[in-house]
Amino acid sequence: MITKNFAKKDLLSISDLSSEEIIFLLNQTDSFREVNERDIKKVPTLRGKTVVNLFFEASTRTRASFEIAGKRLSADVINLSSTSSSSRKGETLRDTARNIEAMATDVLVVRHPSSGAPEYLGRELSCAVINAGDGCHEHPTQALLDLYTIREHKKEFKDLNVSIVGDIAHSRVARSDIAGLLKLGANVTVCGPSTMIPAKAECLGARVTTNLDDAIRDADVLITLRIQLERGGGLAFPSAREYANTFGINEDRLANANSDLLIMHPGPINRGIEMSPNVADGPFSVILEQVEYGVACRMSILYLLSG
Amino acid sequence: MKTEILSQKKFKSAIKRISHEITENIDLEFPLAIVGVRTRGIFLAQRIASNIKHICDIDLLVGELDVTFYRDDLSSEIKRSKLVTKTSIPFSCKGKQLILVDDVLQTGRTIRAALSSLVNFGRPKFLRLAVMVDRGKREFPIKADFVGKNLSLDNKQSIKVLLKEIDGVDGVFSVC
Amino acid sequence: MSLLIKNGRIVDPIKGTDEILDLLVEYGKITEISKNIRKKSNSEILDASNLVVCPGFIDMHVHFREPGQEYKEDIQSGTSSAVAGGFTAVACMANTEPVNDSSSITEKILNKTREVGSCKVYPIGAVSVGLKGEKISELSDQHFAGAIAFSDDGYPIKDSFLMRSALEYSKMLGVTILDHAEDVSLSEGKVMHEGTVSTTLGLSANPDASEDICVYRDLRLAELTGGKLHILHVSSKGAVDLIRNAKKKDVKVTCEVTPHHFSLTDEKIRGFNSSFKMAPPLRDEKHRIALIEGLKDGTIDVIASDHAPHDQADLEVEFDRVPFGVVGLETAVSLALDRLVHEGVLTLSEMVSKFTLGPSNAIGIPCHGIEEGSVADLTILDLEKKYTVIPDNFKSRAKNTPFEGWELKGCPVATIVDGKIEMQNIK
Repeated sequence: MITKNFAKKDLLSISDLSSEEIIFLLNQTDSFREVNERDIKKVPTLRGKTVVNLFFEASTRTRASFEIAGKRLSADVINLSSTSSSSRKGETLRDTARNIEAMATDVLVVRHPSSGAPEYLGRELSCAVINAGDGCHEHPTQALLDLYTIREHKKEFKDLNVSIVGDIAHSRVARSDIAGLLKLGANVTVCGPSTMIPAKAECLGARVTTNLDDAIRDADVLITLRIQLERGGGLAFPSAREYANTFGINEDRLANANSDLLIMHPGPINRGIEMSPNVADGPFSVILEQVEYGVACRMSILYLLSG
Repeated sequence: MKTEILSQKKFKSAIKRISHEITENIDLEFPLAIVGVRTRGIFLAQRIASNIKHICDIDLLVGELDVTFYRDDLSSEIKRSKLVTKTSIPFSCKGKQLILVDDVLQTGRTIRAALSSLVNFGRPKFLRLAVMVDRGKREFPIKADFVGKNLSLDNKQSIKVLLKEIDGVDGVFSVC
Repeated sequence: MSLLIKNGRIVDPIKGTDEILDLLVEYGKITEISKNIRKKSNSEILDASNLVVCPGFIDMHVHFREPGQEYKEDIQSGTSSAVAGGFTAVACMANTEPVNDSSSITEKILNKTREVGSCKVYPIGAVSVGLKGEKISELSDQHFAGAIAFSDDGYPIKDSFLMRSALEYSKMLGVTILDHAEDVSLSEGKVMHEGTVSTTLGLSANPDASEDICVYRDLRLAELTGGKLHILHVSSKGAVDLIRNAKKKDVKVTCEVTPHHFSLTDEKIRGFNSSFKMAPPLRDEKHRIALIEGLKDGTIDVIASDHAPHDQADLEVEFDRVPFGVVGLETAVSLALDRLVHEGVLTLSEMVSKFTLGPSNAIGIPCHGIEEGSVADLTILDLEKKYTVIPDNFKSRAKNTPFEGWELKGCPVATIVDGKIEMQNIK
């Protein structure tokens, strides 16, 4: 039982965390999973605390996950959404944040289309800030629930082969997953079309391939990312159909995969593009478990950061 | 400085006595369950359950309770340094004769937290408290129904309940 | 009114002087240069012992936000900032509101300078109307009103035909076209240099190739037309190499580098600090070293600050939305002294040249050196004095500097414009 301190005020990125802190968070999540299995899914630990979900980017599932997590801990959860377009003049990020702090917020959960926005807020505010996804930078709570899901099935991370497939260049999930997996000793491969592999990709620490069969062979875990063809001005890939044909995960592509391969996806899935419906609902898929564990992980983080 | 209060032999007979007292105070017609608090209470609960099985051949469901979420002194430091262990109560408490077990009863705050937690698992027929050591110094109006040893020590002394499962040997010591 | 500057080490790359001499300044002109000039009865004495006296420094790339955004900076605060930094003259860019694409705005700027300016201001007119890059503006008209050169800075000149036309036309007028060289289709919307740091931080990034592509195009057109080209704020190794080769072929090109580009790399952006967002962006060490090499071997002729003042409120946003650019007038000379002269990259005379002969050759700002009869525009430096960068002490209205807290060795201690001491800090 590891009982190292979790020392940070905010949860901004997986890159910031030590492997001990990650393991502490994963261990803590077990207790919250148990709460979610009870009849009365409530514990009083965050009673009287205010958690604000400030989402500058639309999201139903992550926000709902944080909302449920906060409410099960008896917190008062407020959902605020705000548009942030680069041409909009008006309240600065700092002003928005200050207003929220003035309402005696204890925890601010932020999702923002710009990398670095939660870090900025963490510096400016005295309340705890949780990054629910910033631009293409990090999505630490997604990575934690991915790691938890993997641990439930595979127990150990050391020398585990994990492949991440999709638009790596624009994926905050990829960056956080890669950081977490490497810290815990796994081998990571990233795979996608060349136009979706970032410059100097080796600096992330993963093996890079543009061949899907190469990524699937020997993989113990396959994490598929959501493809958004509108990113990069639509020039990153000619069409959804071509993507599905070359990089889509379907039963044929999995023919030579390990029999105990885990298939994961942060959701929501573009059925028929990055993943065929049969695979999404098939025996390898643990996608719904990810959602289930996501609530417990987020409870774990809210519990630790709420002061 | 360590002083032995209960030897291994006396420890064992105390548990036996508590187990007998419990069986004399329950209605064998109704279901019985036992829940241990945190680490040491759980092992004590398991032993009591096994004794009761031996005495009157009842299979007891044993639950494990971590009361951290219900503590009234839950601070940021505690949250960040102490791992919350998993509560596991694989039965509904509704209608059951429930025995709550802990190693040491002092201020009563831990038991208060345990009671707040248990209400979420169903309404028991009744709840009785069994502890290995009651050392007085209550800050809350909590009373133990079954006690291994009553002690009156001053604040400088602390109690250590040792268990074979954790410490390799059974016993109760005072340390100052 | 006369001013006697005694015992200063005169370092003048234009005349080739490096000697301790006295200077007598009367009615805005240098009237005598020799050893031990006798004090006249009404002379003010400036003791320049252990100091270096140079021809007045020129910053040929600044943004004063007048007209239109005076809350960020105006001609008064901008020129105060310039003299505080040791500059006797600046050239200001046309991206004001409205854009300086007509003689009337140029006149406005010159009039305001006469009223409240502490140093000389040479307006650079817009190449295209409204900086839109579609139609050439009235270059001749602007030139006669006082525009010293032309640039669409802020923006690159996207259309090659427009660039060609501008170079041809400017040849006729004998003026320089200055280009902010980047390929917009690669760089638009990108906030930093493409490399290891941008990949780790997940920030949109533009590759150095974007600058190289545009520099090559500009050089080929300069070669084709025989027009005079100046590449603004060079930041990539590729650009330096291209310019070096073009000069060998006698293409009429000059170029500049900013102090932030020769002092910093993209590593500073880790932590998403809004003080480090510039265009062109800070690049990695390989590029920074190429810039130093370019300064050393003379490929880079000018050091210019690209002084870009912004209001504090505009900076309190996420990195993607931070406006590009940092102030530089008050740190440029100290950085050049500390990072180039004291590090042995440039001799003192070479450094002075980058602020005097260089800009003068590039766009024609008058700079005649220190000789009897010339205008008394002088910059006096203390090579040893420590300067700590404290933004709150800036004379500029804006405080957005990447050098906060830096301790630099060497700084300007007096700025004399037309014989008048506009700044003096000699202790």
